[in-house]
Amino acid sequence: MANAREEILGRIREALKVTAPKPHFKSESHGATHSINAKPWLPDGGETESARLELLSENLAKLKANLIRVPNAAAANQALAQISQTKNWKKVAYHSHPLVSPAAEALPCEKWEVGASLDKQKLEGCDAGVTSCEALVSQLGSILVSSESSGGRSLSILPHVHVVIATTDQVVADLETCFKQVLEKHRSKLPSMLSFITGPSRTGDIERILVLGAHGPKELYVILIG
Amino acid sequence: MSNAKDIFLKEATTASADGPQRIFINKALGGYYANRDIQKARYRDWEKARDAASLAKWTAVNDLANTLETFVKKFEGNGGKVHWARDAAEARNIILKLIADAKAKAVVKSKCMTTEEIHLNDALEKAGYSVVESDLGEFIQQLRGEAPYHFVFPCMHVKREEISALFTKHLGTAPTNSPEELTMIARRHLRQLYVDADVGITGANFLIAETGQISITENEGNARLTAALPRVHIALSGIEKVVKNLDDLSVLLPMLATAGAGQPMTCYNTLYSGPQQPGECDGPKEFHLVLLDNARTQLLADPEQRDALHCIRCGACLNVCPIFKNIGGLAYGTTYQGPIGSVITPHLRGLEQWNHLSGASSLCGACTDACPVRIDLHHHLLHNRRNANQASPNLFDRLFHRGFNFVISRPRLFAFGGRVFRFTLPVLKKIPLPYLSAWLKTRDLPPAPAQSFREQWKESNHG
Amino acid sequence: MRISLFIPCFVDQLAPQVGLASVKVLKKLGHEIEFRSEQTCCGQPSFNSGQWDVAREGAIRTLKVFRDAEVVVGPSGSCVAMIKKFYPELLKNTSHAAEADALAQRTFEFSEFIVRKLGITDVGASLKKKVTYHDGCHAMRELRIKEEPRQLLRAVRGLELIETEESESCCGFGGLFAVKFPMISTAMVQVKGGALARTGADYVVSSDPSCLLQIGGWLTREGKPIRPMHIAEVLAEGLTQ
Repeated sequence: MANAREEILGRIREALKVTAPKPHFKSESHGATHSINAKPWLPDGGETESARLELLSENLAKLKANLIRVPNAAAANQALAQISQTKNWKKVAYHSHPLVSPAAEALPCEKWEVGASLDKQKLEGCDAGVTSCEALVSQLGSILVSSESSGGRSLSILPHVHVVIATTDQVVADLETCFKQVLEKHRSKLPSMLSFITGPSRTGDIERILVLGAHGPKELYVILIG
Repeated sequence: MSNAKDIFLKEATTASADGPQRIFINKALGGYYANRDIQKARYRDWEKARDAASLAKWTAVNDLANTLETFVKKFEGNGGKVHWARDAAEARNIILKLIADAKAKAVVKSKCMTTEEIHLNDALEKAGYSVVESDLGEFIQQLRGEAPYHFVFPCMHVKREEISALFTKHLGTAPTNSPEELTMIARRHLRQLYVDADVGITGANFLIAETGQISITENEGNARLTAALPRVHIALSGIEKVVKNLDDLSVLLPMLATAGAGQPMTCYNTLYSGPQQPGECDGPKEFHLVLLDNARTQLLADPEQRDALHCIRCGACLNVCPIFKNIGGLAYGTTYQGPIGSVITPHLRGLEQWNHLSGASSLCGACTDACPVRIDLHHHLLHNRRNANQASPNLFDRLFHRGFNFVISRPRLFAFGGRVFRFTLPVLKKIPLPYLSAWLKTRDLPPAPAQSFREQWKESNHG
Repeated sequence: MRISLFIPCFVDQLAPQVGLASVKVLKKLGHEIEFRSEQTCCGQPSFNSGQWDVAREGAIRTLKVFRDAEVVVGPSGSCVAMIKKFYPELLKNTSHAAEADALAQRTFEFSEFIVRKLGITDVGASLKKKVTYHDGCHAMRELRIKEEPRQLLRAVRGLELIETEESESCCGFGGLFAVKFPMISTAMVQVKGGALARTGADYVVSSDPSCLLQIGGWLTREGKPIRPMHIAEVLAEGLTQ
């Protein structure tokens, strides 16, 4: 068999011998660089910390995610306990993390810390997954989880409820800043999964009517310390 | 006449006469328009953001070989394996072999139009695998045995009563008219299938050269589950999905969501850079990416329409297209419906067979205004019409336009012909003439005036 | 200013009142009008049908007609878009390219000309009617004319301007599209015409006579009371010479 890779790359190089004119935009001339800094035109992420926190809470509310602001870790533990009681959780999964472990371990129900390898059948039977996150993006109300910081890939998506425990210094203004931080932090190796979660799972597939909890969590809680 | 054209005309005629269905589709789209406008207003300058998105894609596509090679090097460095497929058959064979090597029985899929393009499900079922679509809309369409109606909202034409009956028939559930309850039925049904599946198949919305990640956008969480639970993850992507870096993605992700679904951001935007890594507790053991050409390089070779490869498959052009809203998505008979489908299908599947899609447009341009990456959609329909006429001219069309041109290039003949036309119009209306009787079937013509403008001008200014 | 009128072929033959109204309004504004009788059709039907070789002949002929005209004004967004947008594309890389660009620069759609070029919004017309405006796609999306006709209409004495829910939706004309795909075209005018009929307006006004042919043709067939009227006709109402 001829080498498909070489053949396709050959076709591409051949096709690109004729150049397509660079798009010219009426709004303004953008110089010669490959990309435009689009940040000033995208939705605002907030200049100051308080503006960012306000935007984040506004966006999370619109997304039907629940934000609980608490002053310290002890209050975060209490907040988690309260959700657990209200929702009558029987079994909760979590991962080892300085913010998450103490809160989860104090819960009055069955707790399971996901270890080096995850039993997916067991996770399927859990009412909630409690995780930390990489960052929160005020511009969009997104929470960035990763396979490294949030107990792997499944913990934040399979259980019916997802609770994120985070601190206010994890809030960043926009996606661009968030990506910069991630690349900086994981300079040696990226986590195999990075996922922006923007509200609880949803679908509009039936008559375009919004339903929460299509396959992922029906409810999303953010307990924000600070 | 080509077969595809006959089918199109038949389906489009039936669908465009279906008034109640039109009202249903417009109602479904009503909420989208409202949400889209709210989200667009949050952009500090939507038009300039479109410039940035367009330029990001232009840059990657016009340097495609290098961008792809950079991506592949990074991707394989992260532990994934890349497979190149020249066409649909090669892609199917690669995927079938990967599944066979994995000794898999059950396959779960998340929504991926590229797998529709290569008719993967048919091939998997023929090979004896159980394959389930996990996106709710795709799941419903799979049960219906029907192609997606809209490449973002596959079952937007199906009423809740029909879905209820479908679930009762296939899943044995009690009838319900609640969209929420219907969604929960699918949720409960599919959960165990994710856990049991050996192989998960997804698409990719973007490939990021800088980091070697693939980016998947979805609302339901089914792609997250598909890429988390099975042992093997196979992603299929067109070669044009590659972008240079994460900066570009920070523009494209929100714009995809806003243009396509009226959201600030789609619920899950996930970047995968490899299989399960040491120290990670779950994830697939193998991660494969199949890069598909399937005539994309032919489109690339046309600099005039190369920007059609900028498409991020948001579906905004369908949502605003009066043709789509009247004939529906099934009449097209294509993987990609609506304006973008009418532009690219002739390139991907043959101009002679599919040029009628370029003709079936009033060229209103609503699509071009809606496109977040500024593809010149409606002008490309004109380009396809020109190319088709050059490649295989239609004799009737040639005679008609040559004849018309003969008249209009002679002002006195034109004036005379116009006079004859006006005076004989009452008679002409009664004769079955091409074009004129098509008009008169549903519309009147105003009575012809006794004098043309030029006649009246001559009288009042020189006469 | 000496204005050379560009009268689309079907306006010439089927809607001469639109041309006459344009003359009346532009004269009233104090300009000299000429009509060059060698003009016929701009070639758009052939261009839209992919017959670019045929259309190119029409374009070159039209260039010649208007070669030394100071400004060219036409009461049709669609036909003006053909000259302004598509002649340059049709003739690029030919010996006519520069002339096509130059003609594009000095050709204007009727309402665009009055508002943008002459800087006038009140022409002195009066019409005691309720009207709604239909944006022809070519005027709105190729020429980006949206506010100009509305400004002109708002200044008409006694006129009440209301917006239609589908004001930006295509009427379904699209030239030969209307007769090559009559079922889709009809479905589109049903949506458009239905929305117009629901407004309770007396007239649907547009700068595009071809849209008005389609919309009016359907409204008449369906027996709807709302009537089509070109913006030049509206602006010619109540003008004293």
